[in-house]
Amino acid sequence: MRYVDEYRDADKARALAARIAQLCEPGRQYKFMEVCGGHTHTIYKHGIEDYLPEAITLVHGPGCPVCVIPMGRVDDAIHLAEQSSVIMASFGDMMRVPGGSRSFLDAKAAGCDIRMVYSPLDALKLARQNPDRRVVFMAIGFETTAPSTAMTVLRAARDGLTNFSVFSNHVTIIPAIKAILDSPDLRLDGFLGPGHVSTVIGCTPYDFIAAQHAKPLVVAGFEPLDILQSIYQLMVQLSEGRSEIENQYSRVVAWAGNAKALSVLTEVFELRPQFEWRGLGFISHSALQVREKYAAFDAERLFELPGVRVADPKACQCGEVLKGVLKPWECKVFGTACTPETPIGTCMVSPEGACAAYYNFGRFSRERLQQAGSPLAVISR
Amino acid sequence: MTTTGELELRVLDRIDKARRRKAKITDERVTLAHGAGGKASQTLTDAVFLEAFRNPLLEPLSDQAVFGIGNARLAFSTDSYVVRPLFFPGGDIGDLAVNGTVNDLAMAGARPLYLSAGFILEEGFPLESLTRVVASMARAANAAGVQIVTGDTKVVERGKADGCYLNTAGIGVIEHPFALTADAVKPGDAVLISGPIGEHGVTVMLARGELDIDSDLCSDTAPLHGIVADLLTAVDGVRCLRDATRGGVATIVNEIARAADVAVVFDERAIPMRAEVRGAAELLGIDPLYLACEGRFVAFVEGAQADAALASLRAHPLGTGAAIIGRVVADPPGLVLLKTEFGGTRIVDVLIGDPLPRIC
Repeated sequence: MRYVDEYRDADKARALAARIAQLCEPGRQYKFMEVCGGHTHTIYKHGIEDYLPEAITLVHGPGCPVCVIPMGRVDDAIHLAEQSSVIMASFGDMMRVPGGSRSFLDAKAAGCDIRMVYSPLDALKLARQNPDRRVVFMAIGFETTAPSTAMTVLRAARDGLTNFSVFSNHVTIIPAIKAILDSPDLRLDGFLGPGHVSTVIGCTPYDFIAAQHAKPLVVAGFEPLDILQSIYQLMVQLSEGRSEIENQYSRVVAWAGNAKALSVLTEVFELRPQFEWRGLGFISHSALQVREKYAAFDAERLFELPGVRVADPKACQCGEVLKGVLKPWECKVFGTACTPETPIGTCMVSPEGACAAYYNFGRFSRERLQQAGSPLAVISR
Repeated sequence: MTTTGELELRVLDRIDKARRRKAKITDERVTLAHGAGGKASQTLTDAVFLEAFRNPLLEPLSDQAVFGIGNARLAFSTDSYVVRPLFFPGGDIGDLAVNGTVNDLAMAGARPLYLSAGFILEEGFPLESLTRVVASMARAANAAGVQIVTGDTKVVERGKADGCYLNTAGIGVIEHPFALTADAVKPGDAVLISGPIGEHGVTVMLARGELDIDSDLCSDTAPLHGIVADLLTAVDGVRCLRDATRGGVATIVNEIARAADVAVVFDERAIPMRAEVRGAAELLGIDPLYLACEGRFVAFVEGAQADAALASLRAHPLGTGAAIIGRVVADPPGLVLLKTEFGGTRIVDVLIGDPLPRIC
């Protein structure tokens, strides 16, 4: 298949892997964080770690939209869905995210009208088809999905719809990266920058990472060769003593971002003073709320919400996993009490979550394969 | 000192034990995930149905029960159909209901003989649609060489049954000497698929019209007992057969790996798939290994006979796209691994919940 196969070529991967290995200084360990959950998914889905030398560790970052939603917000959304007038429209991967006591899937089974949609425009369609109901779109995601929510609000305003609103849980990526860089317990050598977020915000917002923190960042695409090449670019920078912002994903990402998307975003949304991130706590200016001008489409203004903060379960170490301090399997409940089927933490829910990706794709050990003399152990190196 | 590797191994062992523990239902209500054919479905089946009905014929939880009456060995199976939409390119709920049960019998290597048909109809369902469904059932039964010999009809209030739900049950006779059970699968066996995967799943998804994607894809729904009979005649090393319906190839192969306590290694490059299926799956972020087929089956065959089995499959009109897609190894037991086209390795687990409900 064009535009896919050429980015999955095993021969090219082997050649790149060899060049990456050559750049490793003997005795030095390298830790790179892939900020975006989409990258985490790609890394595990294609087995990219099989190509990396032992000296390079990939640390999974906080860029998974579902993973950073705090339980209190899920409870608020379920409260909305419980109103008999409301149809809640949500992306599929939100369905199993646990709130304080239950998920959308549980609420749906108990009678709430919750519909899965593939786009906020589908939610708008629902509003047109059900004029006697109030359709609320559960808006989640980083700058990648926020412009489409904003566009939908603008369209609803243009068409004069009175039964459509969004429950905005949109967050922004830069404050999360700042929080990680300020976290004392993590030493990183560089970042794989989030490709799709960067199509919107461009590459300049990352400048501080190179300028103030002296870390390289390479904006990376989502095919496996994109990831390997971006790691190679990070290694080249480190070997030359540079720390700069580079754009590997130039076939999609423009350096200045997407001006149209940004203007739509600013038209509809403004920064919240602060927002709670699951596992990371409150981060100021890290999330988007609907502007006063579009109050008629803001579920938070239209409905009474309990707004109760729910503490993360004690056993759950999503925060440490999101910050890259713990590997998924190092969490105490990983794979036993917390599985994709009965998730305790959000990292286990979304296919982009580090724990779900590791559990679903990576939960076997090369050592075990080697001990067992499996032919795979040979293949995979 | 314990190394990180040893610690990780210990964690993996702990997880393995947790996975093998007896299923417990923690949900208070049935959710859509219980019907999706993945882990939640297994839990429901084990904890509720098997617990209540436990007997040696049911216990293997195969697609059909196999038992002897007099000198005859019979296969017996049932399945319900709640697909939406009722009509889709390449088929409808009617031929799905006939072929589905025919195939459940065929996976025991049985020659299907008789079917029952149960209709649950919604008040207001157009008679024209019902006639279409029934005509399609008659055609499918005729093509499969089975007769629908008993049936039942119920009508429920408007809004209750999405137009029409069907149930079929079937009886077939087994005329070969092989056992064909999951626990017969051994390291060294080859894994074959009878044709390209995922066409039914994608077709039904697109037929709902919610995705605004057009394609020429058709459902692969077809009766499989003919191609199975040819295979069983051609080679005597067939260990186990399973049609890749709900949950797709990934889910059924996981069930077999666990039942036989072996590992299965797929070669991603060898898995046959139409470009349209791959494209839709890439676009929607769905793994094609979990997409339902209604006319494809997976065969576990003794390694030495893999080529002969492949030749037999390809000689049948329904098997022209057949391929050897993997092999059985001893370790790590109970796991299914995929050697990716990119050259890496990953796990292929059982489906958890289904983002796309009711495709069969």
